[in-house]
Amino acid sequence: MSVLIDADSTFIVQGITGREAVTMTRELLDYGSKVVGGVTPGRKGREVHGVPVEDTVRAFTEREQIDGAIVAVPPAFATDAILEAIEAGVKLIVVVTERIPRAEVARAVEYAAQEGARIIGPNCLGLIAPGKSKMGGIGGAADATRRAFQPGVIGVMSRSGGMTTEISNALSEAGLGVSTAISIGGDAIIGSTYAELMPLFEADEQTQGIAIYSEPGGPMEAQLAEHIAEHGSRLPVVAFMAGRFMDEMPGMRFGHAGTIVEGRADTTADKIARLEAAGIAVAERIEEIPVLLRERLDANGSGA
Amino acid sequence: MRLYEHEAKQVLARHRVALPQRTVATTADEAASAAAEIGGRVIIKSQVLTGGRMKAGGVRFAESADEAREAAEAILGLEINGQQPMGVLVEQASPVAQEYYAAVTWDASAKRPVVIFSDMGGIDIEEVAEQHPEHLSRTHISNLRPFSDFEAKLAVSKVGVTGGGLGRLSRIVAALTRVFLEYDLTLAEINPIGRLEDGSFLALDSHMDMEEEARGAHAALLRDLGVADEDTRQARPPTEFEIAGAQVDAADTRGVAGRVVEFDGDLGLIIGAGGGSLTLFDAVRSAGGRPANYCEIGGNPSVAKAAGLAKLVMSKPGVEKIAVMMNVVSNTRVDIMARGVIKGVIEAGYDPAEAITIFRIPGSWEEEGVKILDRYGVEWVDRSVSMHEAAQRAVAKMQEA
Amino acid sequence: MAMFIRVDIDESVQQDADLRGRLAEVCPVDIFTIEGEGDSARVETVEANLDECTLCDLCIDVAGDAVQVVKLYEA
Repeated sequence: MSVLIDADSTFIVQGITGREAVTMTRELLDYGSKVVGGVTPGRKGREVHGVPVEDTVRAFTEREQIDGAIVAVPPAFATDAILEAIEAGVKLIVVVTERIPRAEVARAVEYAAQEGARIIGPNCLGLIAPGKSKMGGIGGAADATRRAFQPGVIGVMSRSGGMTTEISNALSEAGLGVSTAISIGGDAIIGSTYAELMPLFEADEQTQGIAIYSEPGGPMEAQLAEHIAEHGSRLPVVAFMAGRFMDEMPGMRFGHAGTIVEGRADTTADKIARLEAAGIAVAERIEEIPVLLRERLDANGSGA
Repeated sequence: MRLYEHEAKQVLARHRVALPQRTVATTADEAASAAAEIGGRVIIKSQVLTGGRMKAGGVRFAESADEAREAAEAILGLEINGQQPMGVLVEQASPVAQEYYAAVTWDASAKRPVVIFSDMGGIDIEEVAEQHPEHLSRTHISNLRPFSDFEAKLAVSKVGVTGGGLGRLSRIVAALTRVFLEYDLTLAEINPIGRLEDGSFLALDSHMDMEEEARGAHAALLRDLGVADEDTRQARPPTEFEIAGAQVDAADTRGVAGRVVEFDGDLGLIIGAGGGSLTLFDAVRSAGGRPANYCEIGGNPSVAKAAGLAKLVMSKPGVEKIAVMMNVVSNTRVDIMARGVIKGVIEAGYDPAEAITIFRIPGSWEEEGVKILDRYGVEWVDRSVSMHEAAQRAVAKMQEA
Repeated sequence: MAMFIRVDIDESVQQDADLRGRLAEVCPVDIFTIEGEGDSARVETVEANLDECTLCDLCIDVAGDAVQVVKLYEA
């Protein structure tokens, strides 16, 4: 098992004829993902690496089961593309587009919730169930992806796309491997937060532990700490905290759009305290993540 | 992007929120004549993009034009949290019977805008939230259903306001919410709203932040307010080095070499991308290194862009060495980055073998990149060396030198 | 001066107007440009763009042996 996608998941790429999307489609097919179609208005009848292109999402959903959509269209058209996919009945939408104003993201997320769909992103690299399938640019070329993301037992969630790969790579090198890795996106308002994804990992038999990347700004880490304090978890959770230097520089924006220290609760010091209070170990270096996880897995008697 | 108080008030005025009579002055003489024209007691307020003005002495009252001149003189010369004021706001001082607080901001957990209202304005709102929760209301608004006035009424009535004040305060809160929604603000705050003896209400101070990504969509408003495109509105104005960094990034559209921030250390950093940069900057500091800059290189930048950034960093006085480091990359090409930084270093007049303390970019086209690095004698490491270890090696080389 | 990449164009390419045009069109980083018109038209390399070469081989797909991409760092 894995989270959100498996080897049989079918999906489409919205904006498939864009330069970056063409490359991404090639990489997805090479990896074995079941990309069954692409949407670019006015390009019906074309093919991208053998994948048929249609004008609308409905052209696909009316004739076959589509499990997910990757939205890779420019920011001005992204919200419309997300709404189109939800309206057509797609239940998982991965938005890689950057720089969508947050009011628009919020509108799409609220509509998704109403229709029982889930959004990952925006401004993310997507997700991967190693050895099975991936959605989005995560990992890049297929061989590089196989190297950094080896199948295993740790669920990874990260606000940073690049650090999703770095952390997964460290887990793969350490022999723990990755069950599912999700790049959740770096914006202030995103479709799925750590706390919202946590129950999916809880329910996944393959997952034995969780690694998250965290950074200053926003309530997401506090939310996760609260969730775990309230509901408990069978999974040991290890967090890596980046951007510690930003605590000294309130009001300066570094990193992602969601990363700015505006109040006390936004600082890394505050977040570390909350995470630790909820029993989440906080690593100072990436290489500590597999070590801390293994200690906890051993204590749990997990076979990993 | 933060607006000055006087700009936020202009925005409120457009939406017919009542405000005190006021003038922006950039000299003490202007402030004196503004005070004379307004007449009576005035308040002189520093126009800076930071809080804590009152505590720092950036807000003063004056009873006459002469006093206003004196107060403005002092405030104009006063740096607050490292910022010089762009001017002062001279405003009619009004005797206030009660103060209220109103704000609209994003609740990232609920993923909706939230209207916050309190009948205990003028003081730290977080303190009110903690100590007097019954005096503070939170009202979420829908992203799908258009905003309607009753939601503002709900926010005000929740703290117990009724009678004539309910309608008047609700109108202000509704206007504030519409401003928030119309201009893609991330914060729209009036603190305090003052109720005067005669029962009228005025917005006495206001703070607004606009979403960075939305600046383009609101160019007309920003033009009306006199906000220039190059005005970054960060916590401090950009340095020449930072402006040059932004120019390197803007020179071509391939990849990103953004958010160049100057620091006063001696180790130049070519690091990326978003989260990787935060991690690596921490790593350099925890190893005892002193970064000369922060930056975020990412996507698939051109050789010219990587070279431009490396050359800029190497040209900074006091910088003779750089570290080139990224997380395991998906899209960035290692060989292109290797070409770029080597080129930039040579163009700045340095030997790459000496100047580049470490090169750690694991990812696609790594083998090709290694050929280039070896050719120029640059020390590189692959993914078996962690980001923190790479940073440590770079810092160790600085300490040897 | 380009430091990393040199592109050699065989003289035979200059006799083939169609091939010259395709070279100029195919390169994603604009290494080839057409100079002159009519009979005197030639395809030349753009010095400033040589180091941007992504080693995509699209020019070699078009021109075969008549175009050589030389990695100067291997020399």
